[in-house]
Amino acid sequence: MSAQIILATAADGLAKLDNYVKAGGYQALRKVLTEKMSADAIIAEVKASGLRGRGGAGFPTGLKWSFMPKNYDGVKYLVCNSDEGEPGTCKDRDILRYNPHVLIEGMAIAAYTMSVKAGYNYIHGEIFEAYEVMEAACEEARKAGYLGKNILGFDFEFDLHNHMGYGAYVCGEETALLESIEGKKGQPRFKPPFPASFGLYGKPTTINNTETFASIPYIICEGGQKFAELGVPNSGGIKLFSISGHVNNPGNFELPMGTPFKKLLELAGGVRNGHKLKAVIPGGSSMPVLPAEIMMDVNLDYDSLQKAGSYLGSGAVIVMDETTCMVKALERLSYFYFEESCGQCTPCREGTGWLYRIIHRIEHGEGKPEDLDLLLSLCDNIAGRTVCALGDAAAWPVQGMLKHFRKEFEYHIEHKRCLV
Amino acid sequence: MINIEIDGIKIQTENGATVIEAAHLAGIAIPHFCYHKKLSIAANCRMCLVQVEKAPKPLPACATPVAEGMKVFTHSEQAVKAQKGVMEFLLVNHPLDCPICDQGGECMLQDMSVGYGGGNSRYHEEKRVVLGKDLGPLVSAEEMSRCINCTRCVRFLQEVAGQMELGQAFRGEHAEVMSFVSGTINSELSGNVIDLCPVGALTSKPFRYKARSWELSRRRSVSAHDSLGSGLAVHTKNNRVLRVLPIENEAINECWLSDKDRFAYEGLNSSERLTKPMIKKDGQWQEVPWQVALEFAANGMRHLANGAGAEQIGALATANSTLEELYLLQKMMRGIGSDNVDFRLRQSDFSTDGKQQGAPWLGMSIADVGQADRLLIVGSFLRKDHPVLAARIRRAVRKGAQANIIHSADDDLLMPLANKAIVAPDAIVETLAQIAKAVAAKQTDGIAGSLSSGQRVVVLLGNFAQQHPQAAQIQALAQQIAAATNGKFGFLGEAANSVGGYLAQATPSAKGLNAASMLAAPRKAYLLLNVEAELDCANPQQAIAAMQAADLVIALSAYKHHATEYADVLLPIAPYLETSGTFVSCEGRVQSFKGAVKPQGEARPAWKVLRVLGNLLKVEGFEFDSSEAVRDEAIGGMDIAAKLNNASPATAQSAIPTPQSSGLQRVSDVPIYATDAVVRRSAPLQATADAALPQVWLHSDELKKLGVQAGETVNVSQGQGSVKLLAAADDKLPKGVVRVATGHAATAALGAMFGTISVERA
Repeated sequence: MSAQIILATAADGLAKLDNYVKAGGYQALRKVLTEKMSADAIIAEVKASGLRGRGGAGFPTGLKWSFMPKNYDGVKYLVCNSDEGEPGTCKDRDILRYNPHVLIEGMAIAAYTMSVKAGYNYIHGEIFEAYEVMEAACEEARKAGYLGKNILGFDFEFDLHNHMGYGAYVCGEETALLESIEGKKGQPRFKPPFPASFGLYGKPTTINNTETFASIPYIICEGGQKFAELGVPNSGGIKLFSISGHVNNPGNFELPMGTPFKKLLELAGGVRNGHKLKAVIPGGSSMPVLPAEIMMDVNLDYDSLQKAGSYLGSGAVIVMDETTCMVKALERLSYFYFEESCGQCTPCREGTGWLYRIIHRIEHGEGKPEDLDLLLSLCDNIAGRTVCALGDAAAWPVQGMLKHFRKEFEYHIEHKRCLV
Repeated sequence: MINIEIDGIKIQTENGATVIEAAHLAGIAIPHFCYHKKLSIAANCRMCLVQVEKAPKPLPACATPVAEGMKVFTHSEQAVKAQKGVMEFLLVNHPLDCPICDQGGECMLQDMSVGYGGGNSRYHEEKRVVLGKDLGPLVSAEEMSRCINCTRCVRFLQEVAGQMELGQAFRGEHAEVMSFVSGTINSELSGNVIDLCPVGALTSKPFRYKARSWELSRRRSVSAHDSLGSGLAVHTKNNRVLRVLPIENEAINECWLSDKDRFAYEGLNSSERLTKPMIKKDGQWQEVPWQVALEFAANGMRHLANGAGAEQIGALATANSTLEELYLLQKMMRGIGSDNVDFRLRQSDFSTDGKQQGAPWLGMSIADVGQADRLLIVGSFLRKDHPVLAARIRRAVRKGAQANIIHSADDDLLMPLANKAIVAPDAIVETLAQIAKAVAAKQTDGIAGSLSSGQRVVVLLGNFAQQHPQAAQIQALAQQIAAATNGKFGFLGEAANSVGGYLAQATPSAKGLNAASMLAAPRKAYLLLNVEAELDCANPQQAIAAMQAADLVIALSAYKHHATEYADVLLPIAPYLETSGTFVSCEGRVQSFKGAVKPQGEARPAWKVLRVLGNLLKVEGFEFDSSEAVRDEAIGGMDIAAKLNNASPATAQSAIPTPQSSGLQRVSDVPIYATDAVVRRSAPLQATADAALPQVWLHSDELKKLGVQAGETVNVSQGQGSVKLLAAADDKLPKGVVRVATGHAATAALGAMFGTISVERA
């Protein structure tokens, strides 16, 4: 397997089973089955790889798998979170479209590890093409004996069902996603209990992001250690980065963890038309923004970004040049979280609209000087008080913007127009 | 047990408890809205956020399980900041229209905002407006802008009432609680959402704008409308009952009330109230002074007793009359030499009379019903006849109990049933006999298997089973099944005093006539207590004929009803809530109550009217000066346990006669809002879907045989009478069965609740 372990392009043709197998696909699954690898051994390998949840929260995958009850008689479920709705993030979509079998293989290995027979792949509602590719891939895999009963002739059964969502951002939250699969309104559940004990239909369930599952075959084939060494300490492996915004060549790039942002920007063709870099949201729209001078010295891994005052998140890097009005940008971001709040719990239902309305006023020249402190105070009252992290996601962009670009907001309030 | 510390107070609590439960045990108040001890945890209001040692952020006390050594701070800086933050968010889109809100003065949001809200709002943006909804005649949802989306109402209807009639639609700020496609809430427990709503979004429609909560006087009373004995908090102002709320009692009604119990009081203020004594002179009704009316009645009875004989006088009373009324009625009748007294007006099989060893009752406590792991319910429209008890059974089923039912109609009980046998009325005995046999043969499937596998088996006979013409056989077989499964057995009981009537001895002894024979062999005179002859009797046709043929009918009634056509004297009596008295509930709980308001007009409590009548008739021992004195004479002490006994020496017949019916058989239910005179006159209840005009229900195959389409008008006939009703299809009914409600004016011309009936195209 090449260093590029997940990302494929249409030209590679890996969506077709034959091509995937020719490229070394399903070797990992064959390996665990032929060698009768124990669950403990697989989990140890995944732990050694340093793989952390690629959906944004960065929870260690091996640890998560170890939470599943081992001696449990009833039904257990495996769920893939392909509900990629965070603005800026478009990596899972490409895995589904161009390399669906790596996901199927990764999930089959996970299912084998946790003794699960049924899996669901919850696909974001706005990417129907990806759903169709997944469906075709699953059908091929089923026919070829990679899914279904007696997989590869072994006493191992696992089937995968693709489930189209309806495009709600909140359904990317794992428990809202479970509710949605169950046919209910997508609203997060309060935790505890966590899905490992009370998940889909109340059964023990493990949910991972698409990219997380897609990283598994490499880890099994090449060993966790090798995967870990691709990255940096505490941020093992390589990762997909979706770079968008004011760059010449936006797109998905598969890079080792710890790659300097400068390098990614270079790969993306630099800031558009010779403009100057102003700010970057490094991990998807909910992460705090960082100004150019910080960003240009930052490496893309969990620890470095946290030290710089933001997070790696889903690895969606949104680039803004000096023509960007930060008030306008924040207005747009805040509108998203206002619109996507599920309405279940008070701080998010009532707070996201309040935030948006204030920022909207500022943008439209009706801001008041005291609005900025009010915004920060509201963020304090939303973040950490909600059922799920959508509250945090609504608050962090506001806090980040006001931390680094407060002057621009003050200017807007005073002069009723943009600084830029 | 687990040791935790809340605000420095050490608390021992059960493993699995939540922080809020532990706090409540210790008497520590944690502000909350969405949390309710009887509902699932939603954790959506976030008002109960508290600080927990070692937790990085405040946690909701309602959803956080206790852990050994946990330290919780409900008033720390972090906790209070979080609580105040939530309070501010709750208020930003709330209209703050307390001065015109019905909930004002008893509003959780209002109370909480005093403690946690700010003096001024920091919110200066536009407020959200949520359009009002029409949820039917009972629950007002006019001001949904007040809703804080706690979803208590949604969870109640889904979890307790059994049907998700409300839901939270839309997302984010646009989230609204609404019914499914603008429907009404039709649950028989719907009024509880008014109590549950912590704000003024859901309010009582009949009570709206009538009074402020602080202007109301509160009186305790007991429900008169089913056998449960639910506690009522009667709220009055200016001698009028303005609303009724539940009195919480975990052993009886928990914290719920059925809509019938909650809204029946509206019947007290009906324009049909009889407020002055009246006698019929030369075919004309005249209002007369009490003295005149009472003497007229006494003279009439004395005259008949001296002439035709006292056995020509019959006394009929409803089972929701008070113990005192029933006791004095029978005492007076026996005092003048008649043993014809009965309160079991809808019963048709009296063959256990004289053999029954005590008053038939539930045979267990209401709590025991909820603890059952296997239930067999025979002949019951459970949801409509016993709404609150049905909710208790529903919860037991939710927790894993198996409910089995044998009945002649298959109404949705809104709970999963393990097994059901839906058979025609004349096949019920046979069905029970087979189950008894299967239980004896240790059969492992079906109803027998379900019951045999239980640890706490409960067999219950519903109203329908008690009204059945083979009730004694049903009882014997049900008892046999209960005994064979080490279970408990009992009667659900039709009305508030279905047990009390027996204790009051308001049943005939061997020489007297029972309710059915008094009408089958018409008497020359009748004394009616609370009775509407054409609505309250097993055979309305026969009852009305007997009344019309009688020389003298004395009606003690709260209403000027149909009796004006056949009675000779109307004595205005006080209905429930206006009189003192006692009900003995199905579980044998003796509950006495005072009148909550004074009787209207010249109406008087019936026990006083009967006492004076007794005096006028010179019956010995009628010197009572309080209803308590009557009660004490009637039942001795409050401990009546020894008088309750379901045992009947009538054993199940070994050979069950094969059903011999030809043609269609009638199945009758008493619709939930047609059970007694007060309920029949409660305007809001009569506007509900449950009070819709009765239709005639048949299996669609039967309709086809008759050449009738659903929705067409048909002639339904029994004996001499026939009525026109709309035909409707119910394929869950057994074939050969016609379901027509009784207790309703539209079907009052028909005959017996059971037996043959014919349906033809109109």
